Amino acid sequence: MIQLMINGTPHQLDIDDDMPLLWATRDIVGLTGTKFGCGMAQCGACTVHIDGQPIRSCVTPVSVAQGKNITTIEGLDSKEARAVQSTWEKLDVVQCGYCQSGQIMSATALLAQNPKPSDDDIDAAMSGNICRCATYARIRAAIKEAARSLA
Amino acid sequence: MGQEYMNPKNINYDKIINLSRRRFLVTGVTAGAGLTLGVYLGGCNKPSAEKATEAAADKMAAAATNEAGPGLAGGEVVTDSSFEPNAFIRIGSDNMVTVVSKHLEMGQGTYTGLATLVAEELDASWDQIHVEGAPADAKRYNNLFWGPTQGTGGSTAMANSFEQMRKAGAAARAMLVGAAAQKWDTPADSIAIKDGVLSHGNLRATFGELAELAAHQPVPTDAFLKDPDEFRLIGTVLPRKDSKEKCYGKAVYTQDVKLPGMLTAVVAHAPRFGGKVKSFDATEAKALKGVVEVVQIPNGVAVLAKDTWSAKKGRDLLTIVWDESSAFKLGSDEILAQYKQLAESAGAVARKDGDAEQAMTQAAQTFEAAYEFPYLAHAALEPMNCVVKLTAESCEIWNGEQLHTGDQMSLAALFGIPPEKVIINMLYAGGSFGRRANPHSDYVLEAASIAKAINGKAPVKLVWLREDDTQAGYYRPMYYHKIKAGLDKDGKPVSWQHRIVGQSIIKGTPFEGGLIKDGVDGTSVEGVANLPYSVPNISVDLHSPEIDIPVQWWRSVGSTHTAFAVETFIDELAVAAKQDPVDYRMRLLDKHPRHTTVLKLAAEKAGWGSPLAAGKGRGIAVHESFNTYVAQVAEVTVKDDGSYSVDRVVVAVDCGIAVNPDIIKAQMEGGMGFGLSAVVSSKITLKDGKVEQSNFHDYTVLRMNQMPEVEVHIVKSAQPPSGVGEPATPVIAPAVANALFNVTGQRFYVLPIVNVSNTQLASRRKHVA
Ligand code: FES
Ligand code: FES
Repeated sequence: MIQLMINGTPHQLDIDDDMPLLWATRDIVGLTGTKFGCGMAQCGACTVHIDGQPIRSCVTPVSVAQGKNITTIEGLDSKEARAVQSTWEKLDVVQCGYCQSGQIMSATALLAQNPKPSDDDIDAAMSGNICRCATYARIRAAIKEAARSLA
Repeated sequence: MGQEYMNPKNINYDKIINLSRRRFLVTGVTAGAGLTLGVYLGGCNKPSAEKATEAAADKMAAAATNEAGPGLAGGEVVTDSSFEPNAFIRIGSDNMVTVVSKHLEMGQGTYTGLATLVAEELDASWDQIHVEGAPADAKRYNNLFWGPTQGTGGSTAMANSFEQMRKAGAAARAMLVGAAAQKWDTPADSIAIKDGVLSHGNLRATFGELAELAAHQPVPTDAFLKDPDEFRLIGTVLPRKDSKEKCYGKAVYTQDVKLPGMLTAVVAHAPRFGGKVKSFDATEAKALKGVVEVVQIPNGVAVLAKDTWSAKKGRDLLTIVWDESSAFKLGSDEILAQYKQLAESAGAVARKDGDAEQAMTQAAQTFEAAYEFPYLAHAALEPMNCVVKLTAESCEIWNGEQLHTGDQMSLAALFGIPPEKVIINMLYAGGSFGRRANPHSDYVLEAASIAKAINGKAPVKLVWLREDDTQAGYYRPMYYHKIKAGLDKDGKPVSWQHRIVGQSIIKGTPFEGGLIKDGVDGTSVEGVANLPYSVPNISVDLHSPEIDIPVQWWRSVGSTHTAFAVETFIDELAVAAKQDPVDYRMRLLDKHPRHTTVLKLAAEKAGWGSPLAAGKGRGIAVHESFNTYVAQVAEVTVKDDGSYSVDRVVVAVDCGIAVNPDIIKAQMEGGMGFGLSAVVSSKITLKDGKVEQSNFHDYTVLRMNQMPEVEVHIVKSAQPPSGVGEPATPVIAPAVANALFNVTGQRFYVLPIVNVSNTQLASRRKHVA
């Protein structure tokens, strides 16, 4: 039995301990806001927070996530998250939207650690998140605007 | 973005006014190539929808053939108090207006754009509008540019729906007004509508309050469309309808569908195209926890499990012996060698103006160049997937559905059922870039064949892992171009000979009849066969070799390669003629004002001609695709190690009337960025028939740190709107290559351009005379 604490709710799952957190979250728990894009930590679509840190859930076995606080897009609720999500909406960042849960998880974690990120900071924190629709210019603008709104 | 181009008051609409003033018949009008307005009668809501809509569709068809005249009473089946004036609109007693989008939302903004058209004519409030995807039903939801076919592509969604959706809104509006007139016992022309509220004197009613009564109104035999100067939504920036759910992880994609008892399938595909299963051993896979079944399907072996991870683990444990006797075994180098060989002889004629060969002999100087383009994967972030549920007589799928009619036919044929027994639920697509409109229904049929192999005993979700998506083919084909041009003593081109070699995308598909003429696949030569530059003698010819690698349209199709060849070559000619690249193009585009307008605008906004710091350069390109005109100026920085960055891109676009300027801007940014991936790094290569790339570590795409600043300027236009999903994509490659030339003095003939010091890219321009 694997015990996961996701968005403050405990889950007991009868799964092998090598199952990546991504698939446990999506297929077993049924939270599908976290997306699958590559399965090898290349695209960032599966980004969730473990104890506030952004991680790629597609390469994180559930055994590693046990006993920690896991936050997915569905449970995101912090002042940074609210600023990021409302700015994302205001600037209409999304296109297909498939990468955006991961983008928002990465951006929220960035702002929690660095309230005034420079362009280089944004590059460093966000270059692991691929957007095939290339919404990057708006993601950058939205992060800056969210940072301003939090200041 | 320049505000002057965004203000609808600045748009000159003269040309379309006459068109829209025309009265139209709501029921059963046929216009143009047999298109039937999808406006039909019926007041039913969901529960009994199927029967009623069929009846309504039949009635529509009858009306279209004049068996029933105008003035037919509406609202014959009212099951609740909602009002469904036509196939595109449903108004509930809760005051929600549901717009049914016949087109797939894959990021391009079509849900927002189509809803804007309805809301405009309906005088609805934007907040009360909600959008849902249409079912597969080509009778009502065909793409008006594609005859009796329902689907999304070729940047046609806005263009083909512009009148249709407005008419749907105008008809519903007239019926609401009729209802209010009846209720208040006052003439219809004394009733006003604004932001979803009808009024007469002190009387007020919402759409919701009038819905039931409106459903019983006669369908108007005529209704006016607004004059463009009355538009209050079209031309303004309205927020996207899909933003919120996509920002909160609530939007539902195919990947997210979970049906009761559903199994997830991961497939082992042949390592080479054309390979077949000879035998397989699934003992280990079947022993795995979670794995339920292992079945052979026509193109591989599928492992079905209770979850994706178990299915993947099971798939990796399969032992398969492949029969590769008829598999494709060549590599990219060998294919290229064949193409170069082919380019030595004449191909099928795509254009012939004057006598290019003769004129070449008279030229003061001639130039030649050859261009190479690799295969490209679409690599939508959501890998291909499809959910299938079978019953004894029907097949229901959930899919980011881009080609309803094609997939419906394919599935009907597979199961031997009538097409209307194939039910398609169109979900959001996590990108597509053309991939989900597969004319062979490849991944949809794969999912269906798995469901069939288990006799439909459980619904099946086929999931392609990234590796499957990268290696399964249906690529933008590899292409080779050879161009020769002759200039007169003033540097003006007098002859242009252009030969193209590459696989046909269209051959062997249902589109063959329409798109291949005299042996020329129009999608292979678009952008060259219609070369806009004034050259008196032009010849364009094409070889379409048959290679067993599946190919498909990729965002902007033929223009992905033709724009690069034409726009870098014309740049070379400008330099040879000792003229500024913008001026040179302007002169040769004397018959193409929409090209010159965007060219001038982009150059001006980019500060064309102003000095740049050392190591920096500027390049320009202009190209029309899908009736949309785009010019881009790219600014690059080349570093000492030969690496380079694209720092800034200025885009000018003319797409006719700008329905939603912010979505146009987003598509220019994103379309350009998508094209930029293929400039800086993406390529699919083969070795011994095997695809060498598998995931985003080796099929690399643009990332945040590579994204330039983008500035978009929209040309004021009175032309009908044309699409914006694709036309920004092909322009960036030549703009960047020309900018790199501006810095390095070196020309680039091979995409991608990973590094400017790469010796493979050494200048091949031959100054012949
Ligand atoms: S799915 Fe985890 S990084 Fe791509
Ligand atoms: S919005 Fe489509 S992948 Fe980012």
